[in-house]
Amino acid sequence: MSTAAFLRRRTPSVIPGFGLTLGVTLLWLSLIVLIPLAGLFLKTTELTLAQFWTVITSRRVLHAFELSFGLSLAAAAVNLVFGPVVVWAVVRYRFPGRRLLDAIVDIPFALPTAVAGIALTALYAPSGWIGGLLAPLGVKVAFTPLGIFIALIFIGLPFVVRTVQPVLEDLDSQYEEAAASLGAGRWTTVRRVVLPTILPALLTGFALAFARAVGEYGSVIFIAGNLPNVSEIVPLLIVIRLQEFHYADATAIGAVMLVASFILLFLVNGLRRWSELRIGKRT
Amino acid sequence: MKISIADVSKRFGAFAALDRVNLEVRSGELLALLGPSGSGKTTLLRIIAGLDWPDEGQVLFDGEDALARSAGERHVGLVFQHYALFRHMTVFENIAFGLRVRPRRARPSEAEIRARVQKLLGLVQLGWLADRYPNQLSGGQRQRIALARALAIGPRLLLLDEPFGALDAKVRKELRRWLRDLHSEMHVTSIFVTHDQEEAMEVADRVVVMDKGRIEQVGMPQQVYEQPRTPFVHEFIGESIMLPVVVLNNTVHFEGRPIGVDAQGAPDGVATLFARPFNMTILRDAASDSLHGEVRGIHGIGPARRIDVALGGTQTVIEIDAPRSHNCAIGQLLYLRPAQYQLFPSEF
Repeated sequence: MSTAAFLRRRTPSVIPGFGLTLGVTLLWLSLIVLIPLAGLFLKTTELTLAQFWTVITSRRVLHAFELSFGLSLAAAAVNLVFGPVVVWAVVRYRFPGRRLLDAIVDIPFALPTAVAGIALTALYAPSGWIGGLLAPLGVKVAFTPLGIFIALIFIGLPFVVRTVQPVLEDLDSQYEEAAASLGAGRWTTVRRVVLPTILPALLTGFALAFARAVGEYGSVIFIAGNLPNVSEIVPLLIVIRLQEFHYADATAIGAVMLVASFILLFLVNGLRRWSELRIGKRT
Repeated sequence: MKISIADVSKRFGAFAALDRVNLEVRSGELLALLGPSGSGKTTLLRIIAGLDWPDEGQVLFDGEDALARSAGERHVGLVFQHYALFRHMTVFENIAFGLRVRPRRARPSEAEIRARVQKLLGLVQLGWLADRYPNQLSGGQRQRIALARALAIGPRLLLLDEPFGALDAKVRKELRRWLRDLHSEMHVTSIFVTHDQEEAMEVADRVVVMDKGRIEQVGMPQQVYEQPRTPFVHEFIGESIMLPVVVLNNTVHFEGRPIGVDAQGAPDGVATLFARPFNMTILRDAASDSLHGEVRGIHGIGPARRIDVALGGTQTVIEIDAPRSHNCAIGQLLYLRPAQYQLFPSEF
């Protein structure tokens, strides 16, 4: 059935406003998301294909891509492990200060990222509290990729925590009790009963944390040191190109970043759908 | 397996969920824990299962201390009201779970697991559902799978927490009979919790009636129904007529007049007379030493009719059952005498 036929012949529904809400959605998405993005690609076409290729395959740009995507994936992966641990502690146990802990998780959401960046830099700089402890061991954090990694973990944590939390809260303890009575140990129960159930939420949190990390600017530029080919992230490179009035170069880098992010997010979402299918949320 | 529960108490804050409970469960019997919500029946079941621990008291399995063991070490099959099937596993994997999680040296081979699961699927008559996921099954099917999963570990004891509570009336009836048959085939000691007296009466070998964290009476269904030991049991199980009476010199008085029944040795003082609606005899002739009142309503279908009678001066309305052959009309005066009844002295 064609779309037009579908719209004409759709069955009456008690849920009103399909046409209206879909119309507003499309208009809104166009104004806010699609038209600016189309402009991005349009601007890129000012370059010839050869120029485009030269821009995006230059050593500095490739390194920035590697750094941004590599560290974002790594940071999201770290949050994928420690996020659920935080959720578990906050959801499953009652202890003094639990609500405070719960609130602290949201700080990376609310804090201006530049403030976070400055705070992290002050801590991890060789003269800072933590940096000072690490310096004698020969570990440099601030002004290296390691610093970027830490900043990206910081901003990504609440995304994983807040997507997994409601799912774990809803997970009735009877599943764990059933597993225990069938002879499963604590770890087996977590691995075979709890984890598969929260997997879709974990993957969603991972995708969100990753997406946020790829686009993160404010907190990273303070701690990164921004040395080309060492600790320069893609968003910063784009800003540099803009300041040099190389608008087309900047949009070319942006377009590649956009496509790459889209593909990655699409893959993660596919994985999530598959895991949802397994736990019978979809049929 | 024989289970002894001795002086078990459990408090949740200020609320006493169990108050010095003593109970012997016989090997191979099917026992019902019956009571209203908050009576402590589920708490008792969870303590036996190893999901909760009592504040005081002992739980012995065949003379061994069960409280020293974890839920997994007790070899107890558990069935939950809402099934608790693992959603991300097929029916087959759900049933196999208890076998697969065993430590490697105790774990059966893959072929043995297959054979065992197939046998259990046959037992619950759902062999064709092996590859489905729980959300593709009906409630009744899910509960049967949950039972198969519990039986897979070869439990010494089967515990069922309101197993039919989430099912509709027809399926519930079917499953009841099926559980009864299954139990007489397997003879594994089983305890189930229910608030549905009909269910307890129909399925169980013995019934434990609980209220407010205490056991009120333990007995065979017939016994509990016909010889309730406390006012609570009489009121909770079956229908009851309750009359405030006074006992004087071994005769029972209602509203200051004797009603012509024996006090069964009850001490002088205020008491409550309990009777079943079908145990009220309608006297043919007027008698001064009887209950008497006016017919207020007649209703009901089937072999007996339900008659509302407003008694004496207080107009206490009681409902009695009368045979269909008995003719009476609204407004008519009836003389009644309980044929079977029990007197419980008032404690307050």
